[in-house]
Amino acid sequence: MTDITRMTATQIAELVASGETSAVEVTRAHLDRIAAVDGQVNAFLHVDSEGALAAAREVDARRSAGEELGPLAGVPVAVKDVLTTKGVPTTVGSKILEGWRPPYDSTIVQRLRAAGTVMLGKTNMDEFAMGSSTEYSAYGPTRNPWDTDRIPGGSGGGSAAALAAYEAPLAIGSDTGGSIRQPGAVTGTVGAKPTYGGTSRYGLVAFSSSLDTPGPCARTVLDAALLHEAIGGHDPRDSTSIPAPVPDVVAAAKLGATGDLSGVRLGIVSEFAGEGAEPGVLAAFHEAVDTLTKLGAEIVEVSCPHFRYALPAYYLIAPSECSSNLARFDGVRFGLRVGDDGNRSLEEVMSLTREAGFGAEVKRRIMIGTYALSSGYYDAYYGQAQKVRTLITRDFTAAFERVDALISPTTPFVAFPLGARTSDPYQMYLADLFTIPTNLYGGPGISVPCGLSDGLPVGLQVMAPTMADDRMYRVAAALESAVGTLTPPQL
Amino acid sequence: MAAISREEVAHLARLSRLAVTEEELDTFAGQLDVILQAVAQVGEVAAADIPPTSHSVPLTNVLREDVVTPGLTPQEALSGAPDAEEQRFRVPRILDEDVAS
Repeated sequence: MTDITRMTATQIAELVASGETSAVEVTRAHLDRIAAVDGQVNAFLHVDSEGALAAAREVDARRSAGEELGPLAGVPVAVKDVLTTKGVPTTVGSKILEGWRPPYDSTIVQRLRAAGTVMLGKTNMDEFAMGSSTEYSAYGPTRNPWDTDRIPGGSGGGSAAALAAYEAPLAIGSDTGGSIRQPGAVTGTVGAKPTYGGTSRYGLVAFSSSLDTPGPCARTVLDAALLHEAIGGHDPRDSTSIPAPVPDVVAAAKLGATGDLSGVRLGIVSEFAGEGAEPGVLAAFHEAVDTLTKLGAEIVEVSCPHFRYALPAYYLIAPSECSSNLARFDGVRFGLRVGDDGNRSLEEVMSLTREAGFGAEVKRRIMIGTYALSSGYYDAYYGQAQKVRTLITRDFTAAFERVDALISPTTPFVAFPLGARTSDPYQMYLADLFTIPTNLYGGPGISVPCGLSDGLPVGLQVMAPTMADDRMYRVAAALESAVGTLTPPQL
Repeated sequence: MAAISREEVAHLARLSRLAVTEEELDTFAGQLDVILQAVAQVGEVAAADIPPTSHSVPLTNVLREDVVTPGLTPQEALSGAPDAEEQRFRVPRILDEDVAS
């Protein structure tokens, strides 16, 4: 039999359902793979072998009892360490939550269990999901399976690298400014950010609440769609959850896989097609545009004049929300407490705890947010950024009157060497240049492999109107049917 | 001209309850200056009459049925606390000695 770890989630679920293999066997194969390669990759912060095997045995027992299994039953999944898992360590890549075992499961994790998936463990990430390379993790960087001297993207580099290294066929990420799509692009995998409110934030450790969106990561578009369907939908425990059914992303992925895009109008964002991206990325993108044309899509150029202000607006809005959200890390209810010698005041202990527990990027963002929200600066910074957010939304709305979806490169550059951008924080921010507008608007976006540049993966991003997530899956699946999936050469 | 001074960064750190070191202040002052100069670009946009967007989902007063469901036990709720006493979170001293006495 071929190596289970090389299979898609769809193939694994079929084998488990037919009884050709057991969920336990599938789980063991992936745990063995993690043991063999994760020393080089560092995709996982915590591997829950015992919990995974118990979940797998449960799936096998349900099958033996004649129960009908869901389309992902018995499929292993890696979960970004930003989501709470009952009794299983959840650190958010930060020292401030080292050793914390949450007393409850996030909604996403509850739904993963209900779908019969098998959680292998928790994946590495930039601390509090702030970063684009996973180098800001307090537990050491994750390495890109395509070249272990390069970054796997971020903040969800662990989830993307786990897929590319065949440690898991499915993974969960969270996308605030590109943290699912950018790691997907630079590791040659698929990453989808659902419509904001389409997936629950209950149990997602908050960074920027008006932007944070959990979503699926996979090696194929259909697998991502199946995972999206399993985790998506209304949750009464998230007050910003949209009370509507999940768009039919699975049917859309299957339709797209036929390779027919006739009748589909795609807009190239002119502001993102010429500048900002390195030549190899642009070359792969334009080749993909030719492919989409051959598949029947009509391509038009669309101007979104305010997209150039998305990055500065984002780096005011997200830090402002983060400075407020991270106030909860006060050394009282969970996590670290430093300097409580019986003499120091609460405020002193709080300041020492936060100083010791947060890394440099988190501190920078808390201070930027505190600055942008201060009286005297509020109108010029946070207030103005919120107005720019309105204009970006209007750009999207106008564009979607002309086209079904927008396309762009996912990232301006391929995976860069470890350490290349850590000394200049703003250079790191530029990695999210093309992914951020979608977060400010709230619509869905997906990154799908579209080719290589100097032997490293390039991603194409498809952006769709809010609650039209199905459209992006159709386009991504069509491109995948022509380009194929990418396989890293080393591992 | 710098957008932010070292003294202002020290003030922000105090407001943010971060006991930063002198070395950190030197580094952060330069870095925050670069970031603030870049994000100040939002000021180029003529947006005086544009309403702000705080959120992409236009939902207000979201309510759900008031149904009793099991919550965390006190033991579970306190399980991650650095210090607990008599089913409560124990905090460091809040009042000054002379005020407390």
